[in-house]
Amino acid sequence: MTDSSEKTPVTRAAKGKPGKPKRFKADKETLLELYRQMLLIRRFEEKAGQLYGLGLIGGFCHLYIGQEAVAVGLQSAMNEGEDSVITGYRDHGHMLAYGIDPRVIMAELTGRQAGISKGKGGSMHMFSVEQKFYGGHGIVGAQVSLGAGLGFAHKYRDDGGVCLSYFGDGAANQGQVYESFNMAELWKLPVIFAIENNQYAMGTSVNRASAEDQLYRRGESFRIPGIQVNGMDVLEVRGAAETALKWVREGNGPILLELKTYRYRGHSMSDPAKYRSRDEVQEMRDKSDPIEGAKAELLKMKVSEEELKALDKEIRKIVADSADFAENSPEPELSELYTDILVEKY
Amino acid sequence: MAIELKMPALSPTMEEGTLAKWLVKVGDEVSSGDIIAEIETDKATMEFEAIDEGEITELLVAEGTENVAVGTVIARMAGEDDEEEPAQTSPAAEKPAETKDAAPITVSAPERTETAADPAIPEGTPMVSTTVREALRDAMAEEMRTDDRVFVMGEEVAEYQGAYKVTQGLLEEFGDRRVIDTPITEYGFAGVGSGAAMGGLRPVIEFMTFNFAMQAIDHIINSAAKTNYMSGGQMRCPIVFRGPNGAASRVGAQHSQNYGPWYASVPGLIVIAPYDSADAKGLLKAAIRTEDPVVFLENELLYGRSFDVPQLDDHVLPIGKARIMREGNDLTIVSYSIGVGLALEAAEQLAGEGIDAEVIDLRTLRPLDTKAVLDSLAKTNRMIVVEEGWPTCSIASEISALAMEQGFDDLDAPVLRVANEDVPMPYAANLEAAMLVDVPKIVSAAKTVCYKD
Repeated sequence: MTDSSEKTPVTRAAKGKPGKPKRFKADKETLLELYRQMLLIRRFEEKAGQLYGLGLIGGFCHLYIGQEAVAVGLQSAMNEGEDSVITGYRDHGHMLAYGIDPRVIMAELTGRQAGISKGKGGSMHMFSVEQKFYGGHGIVGAQVSLGAGLGFAHKYRDDGGVCLSYFGDGAANQGQVYESFNMAELWKLPVIFAIENNQYAMGTSVNRASAEDQLYRRGESFRIPGIQVNGMDVLEVRGAAETALKWVREGNGPILLELKTYRYRGHSMSDPAKYRSRDEVQEMRDKSDPIEGAKAELLKMKVSEEELKALDKEIRKIVADSADFAENSPEPELSELYTDILVEKY
Repeated sequence: MAIELKMPALSPTMEEGTLAKWLVKVGDEVSSGDIIAEIETDKATMEFEAIDEGEITELLVAEGTENVAVGTVIARMAGEDDEEEPAQTSPAAEKPAETKDAAPITVSAPERTETAADPAIPEGTPMVSTTVREALRDAMAEEMRTDDRVFVMGEEVAEYQGAYKVTQGLLEEFGDRRVIDTPITEYGFAGVGSGAAMGGLRPVIEFMTFNFAMQAIDHIINSAAKTNYMSGGQMRCPIVFRGPNGAASRVGAQHSQNYGPWYASVPGLIVIAPYDSADAKGLLKAAIRTEDPVVFLENELLYGRSFDVPQLDDHVLPIGKARIMREGNDLTIVSYSIGVGLALEAAEQLAGEGIDAEVIDLRTLRPLDTKAVLDSLAKTNRMIVVEEGWPTCSIASEISALAMEQGFDDLDAPVLRVANEDVPMPYAANLEAAMLVDVPKIVSAAKTVCYKD
């Protein structure tokens, strides 16, 4: 029932199929830009981990390290200002990939007035309506229904936009995900459901939690086509994004992408890492790292080591600057406690 | 440049830990992501990873050392020569001073300014007898005519014309783009509605009853109510969740419950529970227009009752304003929704016995019109609260607390809660009747606070 190759299995819906994605052919400038974005996320997250260790970031802090190719690859194919994006609590990377200023993200992590949510949201609750980034949601799976709603709004207004709704392999088992799949396909909503399968829902591996662990097939009973993608290769991700966008923009309704990826760090900062071996993590880092992969390709394209080193230095500077900003910005005024609860006065 | 490695905080509550094991030695080259040490906290053994690249030059805390405070320098490493980042200079000890021992921080809620009164109805305006059901439908239809962003979504709202016929005729007038039947998936469509509101539309989400909204309460509270606050005022969720609430008739425990107190306890929500047709219409129109998320609680037993509605082009009422339904001097009866009808009936009966009761309809449960309640208490000095719902942690409890905290000197008797019995709703007719608040219970409580029984 699938016409898949080993590499990219594609489920076929009754109405047709979206076609097999092709790895994106990037020129040097494009790949360099994708590399820059991935590196920015990596360095930013490393710094966030460091600030957490220093007690400057509180509560929960979920790092995106290892998964950078997913957000960067998908985001690069979207139309900024037209398409909308929504994700779960592991959201720093998506925001950076969307071009949101690292300073206001880091200042939100440290709970400062200058943070993107005035310090009232924190790591899991960040939004930029201006850039059509709709959060940053702390309840696992909520962003799938909300994302279907954003897709509903695109269709209702007929504005040509598509909603990209990210969620993890853990959220893929939530009931509301399937309620949303049903409505999205029934009403042909322009939504890309992007499952970031990093193999572990906190400490529970996919095959310990999922009767069907090939998550790209999870839309089958709703006739939503699914594509499995190597989420450790930014150009494979970009290629899949183009195929998915074409399918959705042509009015075929939603599509499901399963991006196979890996998170190097714990689920959150307080993760004892007892559910997987150090060797497993090391092997992924050594063999599949999305940034190292892109770097090797850039070197082949005759980008010099010096140029990449200079880029790294530049990014470290941006990140250091955002950390300084986040550390030195004042905490919110106490009067902010009672602002933004309601919009109107009654 | 030397980089100091400090004892990290590995959980939100960690203050100290045991340095269980070093996985590097002096002279080792490490790079970002390498595991340097194992650290035991009260909860687990955690791995401590390197963030920078360079050579380990010193290990300052021996393996097995217990109670190492977060922020203690545990090792030093030499950074890469081109490392520009300054050594970390802000140990955890410098984090904002704990406020434990300081004077308590007092930030009080801003005073509510007086809410606008109901707009005056011009003299000579014809009054039209309308059922609550029709008034609600008219409110939606009028708002849909003037604002294309408004749509209605829910189970059986379109072709079936509404499980309780509240959406009758809407499909015919507005078509299936704006009047949308959903599958039976409350959690899902409450989320779809909330997302559409975040995306700029004005959804009216109908729950067949609020009992089923329990499946969707996560989106009502976590997605709709908190969004504006969590986003620092950037992202709004202008949505109306509406449907019948409270006990119907002989439908048993799972279908008979008043959610007023549940939703009214949530900052970020507006909660409205009207009694008559004019309020149902005027307040639903206001609910659809406001930028804030609204829970609009109707009552199945009131849908078919007729009341006068002023024939105006645009009958909109202010949210957050209570209404004096009957003036009186001897005691105040506060209520909302179906309880108002019972309170008015009881007041008539009390009048026959020489007790002059004032009846206040709260209309909005959040924000509460505390001024209207306290002003009436100052006048009558006695108060009971009538509520078709459980007494525990109820709106009546809230009003009692308000009277005690802010109207203590005006009280000549304890405030009494006249509510349903504190049990799940039984099915048997006699038990159901015994469970519900009724006129004799109200009359009896009124006499008690007037010391006339």
